[in-house]
Amino acid sequence: MSKSSLKQTLKDLETKKISIRELNQVYLKRIKEKDNLNVFIHFSEENVLKQMDNLEKDNSAKKLKGIPIAIKDLFCTKSMPTTAASKILENFNPTYESFVTQKLLDEGSIFVGKTNLDEFAMGSATNTSFFGNTINPLSKENEPLAPGGSSGGSAAAVAADLCLGATGTDTGGSIRQPASFCGVVGIKPTYGLCSRWGIAAFASSLDQAGIFSHNVEDASILLQSIAGFDQRDSTSAKVDIPNYFENLDDDLNGKTVGIPKEYSIDGTPMEISQIWEDAIKVLEKKGVKIKNISLPHSKYALPTYYIIAPAEASSNLARYDGVKYGFRSDEIDSLDEMYENTRAQGFGREVKRRILIGTYVLSAGYYDAYYLKAQKVRKLIADDFNKAFKECDFIVTPTAPSAAFPLNEKQNDPIKMYLNDVFTVPASLAGLPGISIPFGKDKNNLPLGIQILGKHFDEQQVFNAAVSLERSYE
Amino acid sequence: MKIDKNTINKIARLSRIKLDDKESEDYIKDLNSILDWVEQLNEVNTENVEPLSNISSSILPKREDVSNDTNSSGEILENAPDKLEGFFAVPKVVE
Repeated sequence: MSKSSLKQTLKDLETKKISIRELNQVYLKRIKEKDNLNVFIHFSEENVLKQMDNLEKDNSAKKLKGIPIAIKDLFCTKSMPTTAASKILENFNPTYESFVTQKLLDEGSIFVGKTNLDEFAMGSATNTSFFGNTINPLSKENEPLAPGGSSGGSAAAVAADLCLGATGTDTGGSIRQPASFCGVVGIKPTYGLCSRWGIAAFASSLDQAGIFSHNVEDASILLQSIAGFDQRDSTSAKVDIPNYFENLDDDLNGKTVGIPKEYSIDGTPMEISQIWEDAIKVLEKKGVKIKNISLPHSKYALPTYYIIAPAEASSNLARYDGVKYGFRSDEIDSLDEMYENTRAQGFGREVKRRILIGTYVLSAGYYDAYYLKAQKVRKLIADDFNKAFKECDFIVTPTAPSAAFPLNEKQNDPIKMYLNDVFTVPASLAGLPGISIPFGKDKNNLPLGIQILGKHFDEQQVFNAAVSLERSYE
Repeated sequence: MKIDKNTINKIARLSRIKLDDKESEDYIKDLNSILDWVEQLNEVNTENVEPLSNISSSILPKREDVSNDTNSSGEILENAPDKLEGFFAVPKVVE
């Protein structure tokens, strides 16, 4: 492993092989060198130095003391502005800290900056951001590739080694797909494991915070740090959080993996099918029983998602009206004019598209035909998984239907863009934990990802299967 | 076609988003193509299926009934585009 891992760095800090200052200077230097990737919406060297100064004065033991972490700019942070990559929040300075970032601060981590994303997390290429595209660090010169999305900045920050871990959010695949595109590990835990308090809401019944890291061990350490019950999020779960890292066990002998036949989709590139088969073979060698399973409603997951997510978004984004915070238009002859111009000028094209479609499917006369119908199909999709998990311990699939594509390639046709999420959306609708790990390369030497899904709150099994596959691949 | 000029204007009005003519045309096209695509859900038999609105298994926990006065109006107003005497300020609504 060429890149330093979080686990190793924690050891080096403990044995004083390196100081917090030396460590963060390395990252600061690299961040400045890689400025052209447009990974960060907000980066302030001064702010990082200040955090270092404060930590050096702090004698208490902290689990992530001095560890440089990048934060998706959807998490509210007191020390840095929060934009959701939207003009409408361009000058927003939160007066409170999100649950997840507070947990990371309590553990002593250093926030290197706020990473770029698709506006309000709506997109799959980090190209709907008001602050411009992020470039995938694996791009060749003059052939910029998309980092995936929506958490493309966070995935790129880890891939370019600008931090030892990053936070992301995943609504339909926004952690797993960019992790796959950038060749890093990304985990979306079970819905409810991490509080959504202080995360700009997109689709509240689907949004979940998670982690990007260089490897599975690091992800297990960081996920434990951000998980936990919080009474300010009514869907936050009261479950015991195990020590995922201590409990990591790559011995999968006797376990059963489910292989859903519906994930073999016409038009999927050979290379993707190949790495899927390779992963299954590796598992078989480890004594894992292979079980062919069926998730019959999988093909309806995308249309279901693209009704439910915009519907919830249209409601959540109603709060951006130019009254309480953020951007307000200058053309404000009346209150209604103020609302309509503020939102017309403050939101980008994809966000407006989703607000409009969401408003339509929720409007009188269409609610039952679209929104209620989608919620019923969602139930069938969730039931499919419940049945499947009676026969297997975890499920393995590809993460995305392609490797990283050139920037801007898929911008014009929304449905084509939505197909990026074909393998990730079903588990989102069912609220299941899923991880993407790098596994194999395509013919252009770009990384591909394997996705492992687990039962509700069985992140440990997901990590165990992931670490086992990772160790056999390296 | 499900969405025509009248419908898009109505939705835009409900959404409080002003659209110019060019945008309206683009969104009519986009929304129709998305709605045609989601039409496939009608193939699924959902008779007697309960709609799933919350995947979380947790039951809403009750909190202690204690008062909590944080008096944070200053903080709340900090990001307001316009404020006056401790209130949000907006264009005049009543003449």
